[in-house]
Amino acid sequence: MTIASLIDSPSELTDSSSSKSAIVLMTRIRLARNLAGHPFPGWAKPAQRERVLEACREAVGATAFMKKGLGVGLDELGELEKRILVERHLISRELSGSKQGSGVVISKDQAFSVMINEEDHLRVQVLRAGFQLKKAWAAINEMDSLLEESLDFAFSADLGYLTACPTNLGTGMRASAMMHLPALVIANQMEKVVRAVNQLGMVVRGLFGEGSDASGSIFQISNQTTLGESEEQILKRLSGVLQSIIEHELNARARLLEADPGKLFDKIGRAYGILQNGHVLSSNEAMNLLSLIRLGVDLGMFPDGKRSVTDRLFIEAQPGHLQRAQKGEFEAGQRDILRAERLRSEFANFARPDFTLSANGNN
Amino acid sequence: MANPLKCDLCSKPATVHLTQILDNKVHKVDLCEECAQEKGVTDPSGFSLADLLLKASLNPDQASSGVRCEQCGFTPADFKKQGRFGCPACYSAFKGILDPMLDGMHKGTVHSGKVPQKALERRSLYEKLTKLEVDLSEAIKAERYEDAARCRDEINQVRQAVEQKPSR
Repeated sequence: MTIASLIDSPSELTDSSSSKSAIVLMTRIRLARNLAGHPFPGWAKPAQRERVLEACREAVGATAFMKKGLGVGLDELGELEKRILVERHLISRELSGSKQGSGVVISKDQAFSVMINEEDHLRVQVLRAGFQLKKAWAAINEMDSLLEESLDFAFSADLGYLTACPTNLGTGMRASAMMHLPALVIANQMEKVVRAVNQLGMVVRGLFGEGSDASGSIFQISNQTTLGESEEQILKRLSGVLQSIIEHELNARARLLEADPGKLFDKIGRAYGILQNGHVLSSNEAMNLLSLIRLGVDLGMFPDGKRSVTDRLFIEAQPGHLQRAQKGEFEAGQRDILRAERLRSEFANFARPDFTLSANGNN
Repeated sequence: MANPLKCDLCSKPATVHLTQILDNKVHKVDLCEECAQEKGVTDPSGFSLADLLLKASLNPDQASSGVRCEQCGFTPADFKKQGRFGCPACYSAFKGILDPMLDGMHKGTVHSGKVPQKALERRSLYEKLTKLEVDLSEAIKAERYEDAARCRDEINQVRQAVEQKPSR
């Protein structure tokens, strides 16, 4: 498979039928693994990096999960292609800016990706649309066991899997859920939630990981610690925290509807109007408007099936995807015009909001 | 104040003081304005305190001590700079520095998750094989032929087991 055909083919995130999930957009688990006896990527010399890249690319590419997938060195990818992979959460920003001797292997359905020579020799990742911690763990556990058959992982009985950074020691596992929390944002409660979640040993980040902002009211919640608990224990704890955030979001929605439904309807109605008629939309504004439409779907103002449209547009309204669709490089200002054009055509036939259901408290 | 706090990262005067409670443990970090900006501490959408604590927890004495990883040449000073280790063997080379750092960073200090069973078995088979080969040559040298025959049989058994587990 080539990078061009991978980008054009359906992916777990953009074409998933499981966009039924109201609050958790996607579940992701990654495992950090290193080869025994080899220096970590950040300290390795170029020749050592190349050797690890070659060994890992072969081992990863040979697994059943990666059949007909894509395996490339980062130097074989153009800037725009890297950007698109970042926007699809298939590679990290760090890897996209990395030096010689890094690579990535991506499965045909784009559910699995394995970064080679990022911070660790291997960053194995699985993505699942919706709230799927158990399924995601089962899949990545199997993938990891397959890799173990041909690769000698650096492991110590006391410290577990040895990683470049001690914050990933032990299981080397970071599990996260991407959550859509518009009501908590509107009600100004996110700061409180972030603090509470931190106290429970979990981390809250923006849509694209460390340092990114939370446009579109989308947040990533993940475990902070990796040593001293089994994978199952960590996932159980995370799952509990996620459940309670879902509950808080649902309560916040109920309160918004009860306290001042007119104000909420106005927000959603205006978002619909701008998406249908706007001519200049920044990425951030588009995300926030799409977020309100998605909230409208959850509240029954738009048909349930429309959720997959907003979820797809969350990714396709990003700069990289937009430029690829328009086949060219554009300045930010031009992109905002193109983005509005794209959204106008997507929303031209989008059902009008029906506020009667929600007004009757029917959700 | 007679003794102004210094930034944990660069030792300029600290103006940002951060307290976070993680798993019922209080963690404190003092930072100057520049480092706070750089690390995104002022960004409420989240930053990694663990990462900060990691670098701050290394005191200058340790950083300048003469310890060095035999395998890859990494030193504690390199760790202070990068916040990452050089190779897997660094974990045993810098155990003394690592242990206090790990305290409070995670839920515990001992791994209780998945174990790469197959890889470990494979490694132990190879180690067994190496030892048997040494035993065999010693037995032959000492003309202990019964022992030599036993070693040879065991070697054949281990080789068969190894062949069933392909390795890189």
